[in-house]
Amino acid sequence: MASQLDAVIVGGGHNGLVCAAYLARAGRKVMVLERRPVLGGAAVSEEVFPGFTFSVFSYVVSLLRPEIIRDLELSRFGLQLIPLECAFTPLPDGNSLCRWSDWEQSRREIERFSKRDAEIYPAYSQAMMQMGRFVKPILSMTPPDPASRNPAELWELLQLGRRFAALGEEERFLKLKMFTMSAVDFLDRWFESDVLKATMSVSGIIGTFQGVRSPGTAYVLLHHYMGEIDGAFRSWGFSRGGTGQVSLAIAGSARHHGAGIRTEAPIEKILVKDGLARGVVLEGGEEILSKLVISSVDPHLTFLKMVGPEHLEDEFIEAIRRYKLRGSSGKVNLALDRVPEFKCRPGVGPHLRGDVAISPSIDYLERAYDEAKYGRYSRRPYLNVVIPSLCDPSVAPPGKHVMSIFVQYAPYHLREGAAAWPSQREAFGDAVIDTLAEYCPTLRDSILHRQVLTPWDIEQITGLGEGNIFQGELSLEQIFFLRPAPRWARYRTPVRNLWMCGSAVHPGGGIMGAPGANAAREILRSGTL
Amino acid sequence: MPVPTPFHSRTSALCTSYRWKDWAGFYAVCSYDTNHDREYFAFRHAAGLLDVSPLFKYRVVGSDAAEFLAFVMARDIRRVKPFQVSYCCFCDGKGKVIDDGTVARLGETDYRVTSASPSLRWLQEHARGFGVQIRDESESVAALALQGPTSREILKQVSQDADLDHLRFFRIAQARIDGIPVEISRTGYTGDLGYEIWLRAQDASPVWDRLMTAGSSYGAVPAGLDALDVTRVEAGFILQGVDYHSATRCPTESRKSSPFEIGLEWTVDLEREPFMGQEALRLEKREGSRWSLVGLEISWEELERLYETHGLPPHLPAAAWRTAVPLYDGQRQIGRATSGSWSPLLKKNLALASVETRYAEPGKRFQIEHTAEYERRTLTATVVPRPFFNPERKRA
Ligand SMILES: Cc1cc2nc3c(=O)[nH]c(=O)nc-3n(C[C@H](O)[C@H](O)[C@H](O)COP(=O)(O)OP(=O)(O)OC[C@H]3O[C@@H](n4cnc5c(N)ncnc54)[C@H](O)[C@@H]3O)c2cc1C
Repeated sequence: MASQLDAVIVGGGHNGLVCAAYLARAGRKVMVLERRPVLGGAAVSEEVFPGFTFSVFSYVVSLLRPEIIRDLELSRFGLQLIPLECAFTPLPDGNSLCRWSDWEQSRREIERFSKRDAEIYPAYSQAMMQMGRFVKPILSMTPPDPASRNPAELWELLQLGRRFAALGEEERFLKLKMFTMSAVDFLDRWFESDVLKATMSVSGIIGTFQGVRSPGTAYVLLHHYMGEIDGAFRSWGFSRGGTGQVSLAIAGSARHHGAGIRTEAPIEKILVKDGLARGVVLEGGEEILSKLVISSVDPHLTFLKMVGPEHLEDEFIEAIRRYKLRGSSGKVNLALDRVPEFKCRPGVGPHLRGDVAISPSIDYLERAYDEAKYGRYSRRPYLNVVIPSLCDPSVAPPGKHVMSIFVQYAPYHLREGAAAWPSQREAFGDAVIDTLAEYCPTLRDSILHRQVLTPWDIEQITGLGEGNIFQGELSLEQIFFLRPAPRWARYRTPVRNLWMCGSAVHPGGGIMGAPGANAAREILRSGTL
Repeated sequence: MPVPTPFHSRTSALCTSYRWKDWAGFYAVCSYDTNHDREYFAFRHAAGLLDVSPLFKYRVVGSDAAEFLAFVMARDIRRVKPFQVSYCCFCDGKGKVIDDGTVARLGETDYRVTSASPSLRWLQEHARGFGVQIRDESESVAALALQGPTSREILKQVSQDADLDHLRFFRIAQARIDGIPVEISRTGYTGDLGYEIWLRAQDASPVWDRLMTAGSSYGAVPAGLDALDVTRVEAGFILQGVDYHSATRCPTESRKSSPFEIGLEWTVDLEREPFMGQEALRLEKREGSRWSLVGLEISWEELERLYETHGLPPHLPAAAWRTAVPLYDGQRQIGRATSGSWSPLLKKNLALASVETRYAEPGKRFQIEHTAEYERRTLTATVVPRPFFNPERKRA
């Protein structure tokens, strides 16, 4: 029987959908199979409580590639991004720091903590922009294999080397350092204010099981600046209707180009015969054959469960087993009767139209990490809070609001084991509310409903292994040509006709779309379709 | 020096940036904040409230009102039904556009004409022989634009006597806001769901206050002209004095434009009783127009590469621009881009342009001048259909 489909895509997260849309746009016959009744994976909007629509998991969009927005005409299919206006850090002593897009306004804020820091801040931004400019093209690149003898790959590697050589000596040094330093060490080179450094360092740890003083975390700071140079001017944004709207817009575009999309289609197995992927088997036994299978789920799920070790070499299986998922974050979503006010800055001002970080000091963040190291969730965690309904009224009834609280650390592997999470879920939720209520005393009175998601819940609902938000840590040993395993970073896998297109391949996690787009490009280039 | 509009007490209290400009002799807010971002996004995600009182407004009443307007306008206004609004332009005897605006039919023989520049004399001079009276109500009628996806919900909260769920695109209805008589039209300049509210100048403050209070639960913010300028580029709307010039104010013939040359052919009803400019327009229709107005998308990838050669991240002005920029096919100038903007929504660098007609087909490519690091270079621009952004909710 000749298979009708060119490709089956495992998982309808945003990357699977991006890959499908690009393949369909190139005239290929593709089918996306999603386990859940809703599309989007970790980028999903759900009306969890009547009238209140949550970006249940991921909550802000930053690195979504603008070329994908253009190529797939996402705004035509309903994508609208709204920039965050500021980054607000309330402090326990009644002070606070808010960084705005209006530079002079930010300067006045930072000056309260250090005039010297305020003065150097623009130079820091500029240096980061320049480094971001260097890194940016790497996002849409297929990682060259350093061990390769293939001239094309060597050429890519050479180009990369040239770009590096073209950097000034100082920048080159900075860049090298960046790969290995901790976020705090890196920021120490620029700033003296603990408050400023603490709140800036957290972007280095999001989604990792590391502390702000752990080596390698500096590199992730860069990602903050990358969006800026995409011509988005202000890159961090809400998606109107929640982050699920990103996925739905991509799905709209994919369908428009002829892709098939099925929900409630859980895949049990990837069919492998004679070393060749031939399709998938759904739970319940339905077989769907296709020339290629493209997996958007993490490597543990893809290889250890869906393919099965019997089809793989030991060395590869070992590499996949070593691939670190280690979820470390949770999420609390609140439906609110009104906007809670912060003690240190009362009123419902523009300072709430961005993100609010509970990251008052470096020690605070380190203490939060310490608890996690020993298998406990942080009693006083780092929180990243947004109230998207202030900018996007479509997600809550008039006058009411939704609040999304991203929480770190919540280690997947509790001391009592991951399976203990359900029994600690509400206590974890309480710790989060207690933490925020210290800054926001009226919070408890304004809560109408709450949804608490532990890393265990994240895994159960989305399939993200160990609840790791990026389908695997973005740490040095598993990015670029090492993601997800050495020699297999080019979207191909040891199983012929099985490809990868999710956050577990370069350039990794976040609502970026780049893994899906890069995989599609690589597949089309390979001539297998 | 400009003078205040009827909403000045309200707008000036909110305009913390002190950024104003002169709009037809009135103080108009550029942006309430230091930049217009929040206002722009409110237009697209929630609602923006914009004072549009400086528009010129004329009341045309009388048994021949329809005949008269059909004579001055390029569009056959006799076909406009009661409580319908029509977008149109009017031309001089040589078929060159003087202004564009709307005609709203408020009664059997009662119309309101809006225009960008003063048009009373022009209208009166051509009214001879028609049974009409023309009254300038520019100052006695104040106007607000409430634009954006939540605008309908807000208006439903505050207005009585109008069925807003059934007020179709380009229709107008009589209504009340807290008992104050207003007209609400489903029109605007943002290319989104939106309304314009027409009221007596003396009622300005209470109507503003009511809309702002009700709007706060729907994300509404006061918005200025900078935000409007970005949305109107995305919507592909032309602006008199920027994308074309009024024939009565052009020092040279070559600067004048026919409706065909500025993308308004769809508003010209050529084959009917005589109207201003008809002969010239017929001729032009037969022989072809020299210029065409097009939408352009400017290559972002090339922009990025251009800045990369200077070791810089790409840069574009955050606001819409309106200083004309030359367009080239090789060495030869083939037109000019007259205004443009980065579209934060579409992530595209957009422009409106006048080009020689043979370059007007969608897909045509040529070069647009771009200055990077003090050097003049060019980037590829591609003709694309307008509007650039056209959400269903605009008409739905
Ligand atoms: C709590 C949380 C907060 C985050 N916050 C942000 C943020 O603010 N900004 C940001 O940019 N990123 C954020 N992220 C990360 C980002 O959301 C993810 O990296 C990204 O959405 C992953 O997309 P993906 O398409 O690669 O994979 P996924 O979204 O994981 O998609 C995989 C899909 O496969 C489906 N699936 C699983 N198993 C099967 C099966 N057996 N059969 C069929 N389908 C299956 C899943 O249901 C899912 O839809 C966050 C993630 C989480 C969890």
